[in-house]
Amino acid sequence: MSDKKTTGVAPAAPAAPAAAARPSCLRGTGVTKVFGFGETRTVAVDHVDFDFHEGEIISIVGESGSGKTTISKMLLGLISVTEGQIDFQGKPRDISSHKKKNEYWKGIQAIFQDPFSSFNMFNKIDAVLLDCINMRGGKNLPKEEKVRLMTEACSFVNLKYAELTNKYPFELSGGQMQRLMIARIFLLKPKILLADEPTSMIDACSRATILDMLLKLRDEINMTIIFITHDIGLAYYISDSVYIMEHGKFVESGGADEVILTPKADYTKRLISDVPKIYEEWDLSTV
Amino acid sequence: MLNTIKQVFRSPRFLIGFIIFALMLLTVIFYPLFVKADPLAMVGNGNFFKPGTYVNVSETVTANRYTLNVDVSGAAKLDRQLNESDRSKMADWLIRFGGVDEAEIDTSDSVALVELWKNNYSPDADQPGLISTDKKSFERLDKRIDEILSSSGIIIATEEEDGTLTESETIDETSYVNINDLATTQTFVLGTDNFGRDVLTELVAATTTSLRIGLIAGLIATAIGLILGLIAGYLGGLVDDIITFITNLFTVIPSFVILILISYSVGQSARGVGLVAMIIGFTSWTWTTRSVRSQVISLRNRDHVNLSKLSGHSMFRIIFTDILPYIASYVVMALILQISSGILAEAQLSMLGLGPATTKTATLGLMMNWAMQYSAHLNGSWWAYFPVILTIALISFSLNLMNTGLDQVFNPQLRD
Ligand SMILES: Nc1ncnc2c1ncn2[C@@H]1O[C@H](COP(=O)(O)OP(=O)(O)OP(=O)(O)O)[C@@H](O)[C@H]1O
Ligand SMILES: [Mg+2]
Repeated sequence: MSDKKTTGVAPAAPAAPAAAARPSCLRGTGVTKVFGFGETRTVAVDHVDFDFHEGEIISIVGESGSGKTTISKMLLGLISVTEGQIDFQGKPRDISSHKKKNEYWKGIQAIFQDPFSSFNMFNKIDAVLLDCINMRGGKNLPKEEKVRLMTEACSFVNLKYAELTNKYPFELSGGQMQRLMIARIFLLKPKILLADEPTSMIDACSRATILDMLLKLRDEINMTIIFITHDIGLAYYISDSVYIMEHGKFVESGGADEVILTPKADYTKRLISDVPKIYEEWDLSTV
Repeated sequence: MLNTIKQVFRSPRFLIGFIIFALMLLTVIFYPLFVKADPLAMVGNGNFFKPGTYVNVSETVTANRYTLNVDVSGAAKLDRQLNESDRSKMADWLIRFGGVDEAEIDTSDSVALVELWKNNYSPDADQPGLISTDKKSFERLDKRIDEILSSSGIIIATEEEDGTLTESETIDETSYVNINDLATTQTFVLGTDNFGRDVLTELVAATTTSLRIGLIAGLIATAIGLILGLIAGYLGGLVDDIITFITNLFTVIPSFVILILISYSVGQSARGVGLVAMIIGFTSWTWTTRSVRSQVISLRNRDHVNLSKLSGHSMFRIIFTDILPYIASYVVMALILQISSGILAEAQLSMLGLGPATTKTATLGLMMNWAMQYSAHLNGSWWAYFPVILTIALISFSLNLMNTGLDQVFNPQLRD
C-alpha cells in the first residue's frame, strides 16, 4: 500500500491491531469518473486509491457534491468506471455480463439514502423479501421455510413480519423502511455492504437504531461495511478507518482515531471544527 | 389501485368528461340495435330535407278523419299560413309595381295586407326589372293566397272508366287525422343530407367509425411512442442518439404535411378506414416518444431501479415492473390525447378530400366533406354539418376534460 501517489494521502492504515492480517476485499487504483463532455464535463471522482479490508467498517466522509454517491455507484457496478481498476477479493472485478454482475451482487449490496424512493411502490413488502430469498438460491424452498426466513429477518430489525405482510412499502415510516432495507441485507448476507448516508433522511431516534443494526450485522455476519456520510462525528463513532473526500479526491485516510484526533489535511480540520460550532450556535440561541 | 380509481372519479373534470363520453359511447352502441336501417341508404329523393316528421299524403286522405272545432277561418288562418317572408314579398311587390304607398302597408295585419294584394296584384301588370322566375313565384304566392281564402275544402275525385271525374268526397277545413293512425311516417330528427340519407343514422355510424379510427391511430401512436421512448430512455447512449435523431426529424417536418403526402401517394382506391387510421397513427407518435423518454430518463437513476438491478432482475423485468407502472398513468393520458387528435386528424384529412375513400361507411370528416361539397353551409342546411361539428367538438372536449382530470390526480404523485 505504499504505492499511493495522491498527495497528502496517508496509507489506509487498519485501525484494529489484528486488521493487518485481514485480507483485502475491495481495492481501487486510480478510480475516476467523468460525467459529460465539453462544457458540461464534470470530474466527479478523480484518481482515487483505496483498500478496504474484510470485517471493517470504513467511512467515506465529504461534503455534498464531493463525489461520495458517485464512488459508491461505481463500487456497486451501477455506473461504469471511466478510468482505473477495482479489485474484488484480490482479483480484478469482472462485471462484463448480466450473469457476472448478478454474481458480483451476491457479494456486494447497498442501502440508499432516501428510503422513500428506494422501494418500488407497486410491489408489496413480501415481494421485496422473497426476491432476496430467491437470489440466495431459495427459490424452491417450501412456503413455510420462506416465511420463517422472512420472519427471522424482520425480527432482526425489530419488525413483525405478520404486520408487514401484504403491505406496501409506502405504508411504513421512513425509519421502518430503512430497517426493512437492513432486513433485506440480513437475508442476502453479502460480503460487503455499501450504506450511502442511510440515516440522513430519518429522525435521530431511528438513526441510533439503524447504526446499532449495522454494527450488529458486522459482528454477526462479519460483513464489511462501507459507510458514506457527511457527518464526521458519526464516522468517528462507527468506523474503523476513515477516508476524507474533497472535490472527488481522497485528501486523507487512515484509522478513525488517527484521522479524527490528529487531522493533517486542512479540509479534515475544517470538517472537524464545523461540528462543535454548530452546537455552540445552538446553545446561544436556546439560552 | 382501487383508491386511485376512486380518486380519479372524484375529480369533477374527469367525471364530466367521462359522462359525456360514456353517453356518446352508449348512443353509438345502442342506436344501431334499435334502428336497423342501412346508415347510408338514400331515403330522400333530393337534397337536404329539413328535420321533421314526414307523413304519407295519400294515407292522410284515406285515414280515419276527425272533426275538430278549432278556428281555422279568416284572420287566424291567414296569420298562420303566411309567414314573414311571404308578407314582406307581398309588401315589396305592392310598393314597387302596385303603386301602393309604403305607409299604407302593415305586414303584421294579414287581413288588410291580403285585401290590398287582391285589389292591386295582377300577374299581367308591368313588372320592370323582374325575371320570369320571380314573376312566377309571385303568381304562385297569389294562387296560394286564393287557396287559403277559399273555404270550400279540397275535393277528392275518382276517375270513372270513361275518363270522367266524379267527386267522391270533400275534405273540409275542420278535418284532422291522428298521426298515430298513419302507418307510414318517417321522422328525420336531423333531416337528410345531400344524398337523401338520414343524417342522424349516418351520424351515429360516422361517430362509430371515427372513434374506431381514433382508437386505432391512438393505440398505434402510443405503442410506437412508448416502445421507442422506453428503449431510448432506458438504454441511453448511441441507441438514444439514433432514436432522438429520428424523432427530431419527424418533429421538424409537421406531421400533418407527412400525413397529407402519405395519404395522397397511397391513392384514392387503397385508402380504406383502417389504412387512414394507420397512417395517422404512424405519423403522430413523436411527442409520446419524447415525453416517455424524458420520464424514463428521470426514473432510470432512481434508487428503486438501482435496488432492482442489485436484486439481479433482468432489463425487461425492470422496464415492466420498475418503470412502466410509474409512467402508466401518463401513458393512459397520452393515449387519450392521441385518440382525440386522431379523430381530428381524420376530420381534417377528409375535409381535404384525402380521408378514407369509401361509399360503404361514413366518418365524421367525410360527412363534413359531403356537406361542404354540396354547399350545405350556403343554402342554410345547418342540419347536415352542425351536428357533425358538435359531435367532433364533444368528443375532443370530453376526452380532453378527462385528461385534465387525470392530470390533476396523477401529477402531484408524479412530482413527489
Ligand atoms: N449523472 C450525473 N451526470 C452528471 N453529473 C453528475 C451525475 N451524478 C453526479 N454528478 C456530479 O458529480 C458530482 C458529485 O456528485 P455526488 O452525487 O457523487 O455527490 P455526493 O457527495 O453524493 O453529494 P451528496 O452528499 O449531496 O449526496 C456533483 O458535482 C454532481 O453534479
Ligand atoms: Mg450522495
